[in-house]
Amino acid sequence: MASLRVLVGCKRVIDYAVKVRVRPDKLGVVTDGVKHSMNPFDEIAIEEAVRLKEKKIAKEIVAVSCGPAKCQETLRTALAMGADRAIHVEIAEKEYEGIGPLQVSKMLAKLAKDEDANLFIVGKQAIDDDCNQTGQMLASYLDWPQATFASEVVVEDGDLKVTREVDGGLETVKVKMPCVITADLRLNEPRYATLPNIMKAKKKPMLKKKPADLGVDMTPHVEVLKVDDPPTREAGVKVESAEELVSKLKDVGCI
Amino acid sequence: MAALRGGLCNARHYYAVSQRIMGCHTHRSVHSMASLPETHEMLRKTCRDFADNELKPVAAIMDKEHRYPVEQIKKMGELGLMAIDVPEKYGGTGLDYLAYAIAIEEISRGCASCGVIMSVNNSLYLGPLLYYGTEAQKEKYVTPFVNGDRVGCFGLSEPGNGSDAGAASTTARLENDQWVLNGTKAWITNGFEAEAAVVFATTDKSLKHKGISAFITPKPMEGLSLGKKEDKLGIRASSTTYLIYEDAKIPKDHLLGEPGFGFKIAMMTLDDGRIGIASQALGIAQASLECAVEYALKRESFGRPIAKLQAIQMKLADMETRLESARLLTWKAAMLKDAGKPYTKESAMAKLAASEAATFCAHQAIQVLGGMGYVTEMPAERHYRDARITEIYEGTSEIQRLVIAGQLIKQFQQLIH
Repeated sequence: MASLRVLVGCKRVIDYAVKVRVRPDKLGVVTDGVKHSMNPFDEIAIEEAVRLKEKKIAKEIVAVSCGPAKCQETLRTALAMGADRAIHVEIAEKEYEGIGPLQVSKMLAKLAKDEDANLFIVGKQAIDDDCNQTGQMLASYLDWPQATFASEVVVEDGDLKVTREVDGGLETVKVKMPCVITADLRLNEPRYATLPNIMKAKKKPMLKKKPADLGVDMTPHVEVLKVDDPPTREAGVKVESAEELVSKLKDVGCI
Repeated sequence: MAALRGGLCNARHYYAVSQRIMGCHTHRSVHSMASLPETHEMLRKTCRDFADNELKPVAAIMDKEHRYPVEQIKKMGELGLMAIDVPEKYGGTGLDYLAYAIAIEEISRGCASCGVIMSVNNSLYLGPLLYYGTEAQKEKYVTPFVNGDRVGCFGLSEPGNGSDAGAASTTARLENDQWVLNGTKAWITNGFEAEAAVVFATTDKSLKHKGISAFITPKPMEGLSLGKKEDKLGIRASSTTYLIYEDAKIPKDHLLGEPGFGFKIAMMTLDDGRIGIASQALGIAQASLECAVEYALKRESFGRPIAKLQAIQMKLADMETRLESARLLTWKAAMLKDAGKPYTKESAMAKLAASEAATFCAHQAIQVLGGMGYVTEMPAERHYRDARITEIYEGTSEIQRLVIAGQLIKQFQQLIH
């Protein structure tokens, strides 16, 4: 059934190992000169798509990213990992600051229709804004079933059997395609982009689009009032004995 | 949902923690390489992630046990690291020497032994075959050696001559359409594991260095035996041994290049090899520096982290400056080669500067760590042992100075006349 066209969302975010700093105007975080990479959960999403292709279930993988010009680097990484082609929806830096999952999911939904996709895999959330909404909104705009927080995806009689990580343990659901899957941490371990594949990625096609081409209204719906550093943890108190501990806890009303 | 349990941790934190649990914590890059082309940035990331995840955690144990990294070299082959500048038609990666320099540095930052194994296969073994080999030779001795399944080695030095390569006493004579080799080659990196060797032997003693020719010998083969495995100060996961040829017969077509071209082939090969060793030295220096800075930020003395003390800061500043200067020289040499321009002087300067930066940084790292630098619990002592060889092999620092001065004087003489 190697006929599926899989779209994968790839967001460019501040690298996970970088300590984020709040901007002086307190309306965002410093991004200039800061190392960026592909959102780790999107890397997992790409890896899953590539595995589906290796199992001859998927025919074509299209990596998509909505954002400033530098998102092309992220897409090139996706191509080097095994995506066949890429679509970059270019959004000016300033405009990008105002948008969120709402606008992005609308753009992805339009792309899914234009590309005649059978499956859309995205990371369960991005590690910058932690929204965890894009996949769900995307499914809703497309009116497709969704299987979120996937830790295993198996094809069974033309449907997808997806194991989901939920609070109580693991839940297994069956979804009909076309559908949206959001990738959780344990779905797979992404591969390294090998040097020959990095070379090949340069020759793979990357289509550029504008939000207007997709007919998506980019008016911001959320206004950021303030971004603050987490409060610094205050020093604790040392107690001498268990009795003292109990009395202190009583004092602060914990017991 | 699992990632947002109780809203206590966000996904960035969760992911970073999970990476640390899985042993894949990536140290933030201390230096910026914003100017690199995108392809090189990407391959640098691949090599860095690979070194962090798969080399760093095992480098100490492989060093301790003198264990050749079979599995790691295989994986490096799959990533395309064992034949970086070999064209795709021979199964190589088809990248340039700048890519090679960056890759070796990142790999050596994780494990210097893996760095030299990779450097020898790329520069010293595949290099001369690529430039001087016939199509038939390339098919037989290049393509099977590109993916980490097999490695090659390079035999120039002898027990009686190291720096004076022209004095080779190994001989090759043509007998019934076969070359018959006799002699011993010393200090052969990859000597135990290699499945082929590029070796140099005198075909006409009277012509001195113009009578040296290059040959390809399969390995194992009749008439070729190995010496003992050397017990070394550093790069202990790589093997070093003698190749002993006693009436070893190879087909006539295993001559590499023309008869008498050997010395030239060796010198050109070493120009490339020096970029590899310079890069290996950069990796060792970078690892030493990172080890020192991380320790200095954590270790408290006189009531504050020692990184706040000027005595420590002076060391760190000198380390970083020597390292970055050597890196620029190394990349310059690589870029000159990629541009098809002369680079003999620059590759010697790169190797000299980088190897001295490595021994300096490793020495200072131990000093920053104090007692902790002297014990095997921390990697500083391994970096110190690994760094030392980079000032010796593929031309000692003294030989590099001769090469640099020779090239420099030649340039001036060309101007005067």
